Amino acid sequence: MNVLVFAEQRDGKLKKAALEAMSVGREIADATGGTAAAVLLGQGVGPLAEALGKAGADKVYVGDDALFASYSDAYGLAVGKAAQAMAANALVFSATAMGKDLAPKVTARLGIGLLSDVTSFTAAGGAVSFQRPIYAGKAFATLVPAAGKPFGVTVRPNVFPVKECPKAGEVVSLDHGVTPGDLKAVVEKILTAQGELLDVAEANIIVSGGRGMKGPENYKILEELAKELGGAVGASRAAVDAGWIDHSHQVGQTGKVVSPGLYIACGISGAIQHLAGMSSSKVIVAINKDPEAPIFKVATYGIVGDLFEVVPLMTQAVKAMKAAG
Amino acid sequence: MNVLVFVKHVPDTETRVKVAADGLHLDLGEANFVINPYDEFAVEQGLQLKERLGGEVTAVTVGNDDAVKTLRQALAMGADKAILCSDAGFDEADPLATARILAAAAGKVPYDLILCGKHGVGGDNQQVGSLVGQLLGIPVVTVVTGMELEGTSLQLKREVEGGTEVVKATLPAVISCQKGLNEPRYPSLKGIMAAKKKEVTAWKAADLGLDPASLAPAFGLQKLELPPPRPAGRVLAGEIPAQVQELVKLLHEEAKAI
Repeated sequence: MNVLVFAEQRDGKLKKAALEAMSVGREIADATGGTAAAVLLGQGVGPLAEALGKAGADKVYVGDDALFASYSDAYGLAVGKAAQAMAANALVFSATAMGKDLAPKVTARLGIGLLSDVTSFTAAGGAVSFQRPIYAGKAFATLVPAAGKPFGVTVRPNVFPVKECPKAGEVVSLDHGVTPGDLKAVVEKILTAQGELLDVAEANIIVSGGRGMKGPENYKILEELAKELGGAVGASRAAVDAGWIDHSHQVGQTGKVVSPGLYIACGISGAIQHLAGMSSSKVIVAINKDPEAPIFKVATYGIVGDLFEVVPLMTQAVKAMKAAG
Repeated sequence: MNVLVFVKHVPDTETRVKVAADGLHLDLGEANFVINPYDEFAVEQGLQLKERLGGEVTAVTVGNDDAVKTLRQALAMGADKAILCSDAGFDEADPLATARILAAAAGKVPYDLILCGKHGVGGDNQQVGSLVGQLLGIPVVTVVTGMELEGTSLQLKREVEGGTEVVKATLPAVISCQKGLNEPRYPSLKGIMAAKKKEVTAWKAADLGLDPASLAPAFGLQKLELPPPRPAGRVLAGEIPAQVQELVKLLHEEAKAI
């Protein structure tokens, strides 16, 4: 299979998720006998091609053009062109905000199917199958592409390792065919959440608070712990619906589905829709006054106690641990 | 201002899923089916635009005959009309097939704007709005938390990692709605009564001019399974300060998580 990987960059930097997707693309190409290429769009992005070669791209189609300075629907047109140029059998995108927006725009254009948010795959002997969560991870589906048909997938960030696999990374200028008239749904600017910690979707450590937080003012203690751990602050639906914290922090079936290395649930009882969104975390810590809370059933470690006592002590203990080296 | 709102009939988020004996279907047991939570933001947005600018809001769904309940919910909130696209296999249509059905339906109804939820809970594909926009050849903006409309110019806010993108688009367009865009209204008793009298149009593949072959699934399902159970955890004991010390030590040395 010839595999085309969309390599997402923002502000002239390749996303880690782009390299993860490249590694997935390389492995599929190797297992099925084909080439792996990347497509890179933006302005002044040429120098990023080298890193894609190191991660396994035989070729990098570069669309370095002012037309791609901001994300727009024209990205879909350009990626479609790259797919046609290499006769791609498979397209790989990152399941990031951009990748999830872009992938269906490309696959609809090509009239092919798309699997969202793939979390594992098996590629061997010319065949490939993919696993993806449904019901926010309450169940997993294993799917295979219809025989001989091209297809697309988006792969969940932070799940697949980046593997060094140096290839030629031959840079090819993409004949993208985009004209100014194709610039629809253009991003005008990006408002960065000021002074905020990481986004829960990207963080490897999440400190999350629920109904037990009692009010918006108390999130400060979670922020302090998250800051000390280099993580993000999450929340349950109860806390978001109460208006204590913005919905962009919400973890669960109606929020973000996350799989960080460490998830610390503070004052979260563990409603089924919350558990669906976080129970694939590698390590889970539960801090709750109620020993019967369902969150303890999925926790690696639990403390039955008052989060207002436990969390500040934990921040201190982490500080002390770091100071001790 | 005529607005189409795509809605989906889904099991609510409290549903416990089990895999049926064939390993290829979910046993949703006593699941309570509701309008997809994100679609409520889409319906609300459509109603607010109608209240400001006039026109009609039409709710459209693809599914089985039971999905009419979700259309009634949209009608009870205040939508004017509803269309049920239902035929053999429609309730198991994959995202591309669903989008082809919806795009065909949109081709038969005048519209200025199409709204849908950010994603349908359950399938979790987050594709259909984007696919439809592409099939219709109109702009698409997804995961929208803010919308301003001046004439035919839209300024939208969309959620991305660690920030918000401000996006410009022109009508007609497809917008997928995220929590935060508005506060969906509850249907009033009057609305619920009125919804019972509103007509629901039913369309089959033939009414939509669709060739069933174009709706074949793009992927074959091999199996469905539940996630592996998590290994049993440890609840610590002792005085709280000692527990915290132990926890941090375990996270560092045993779990290597910090």
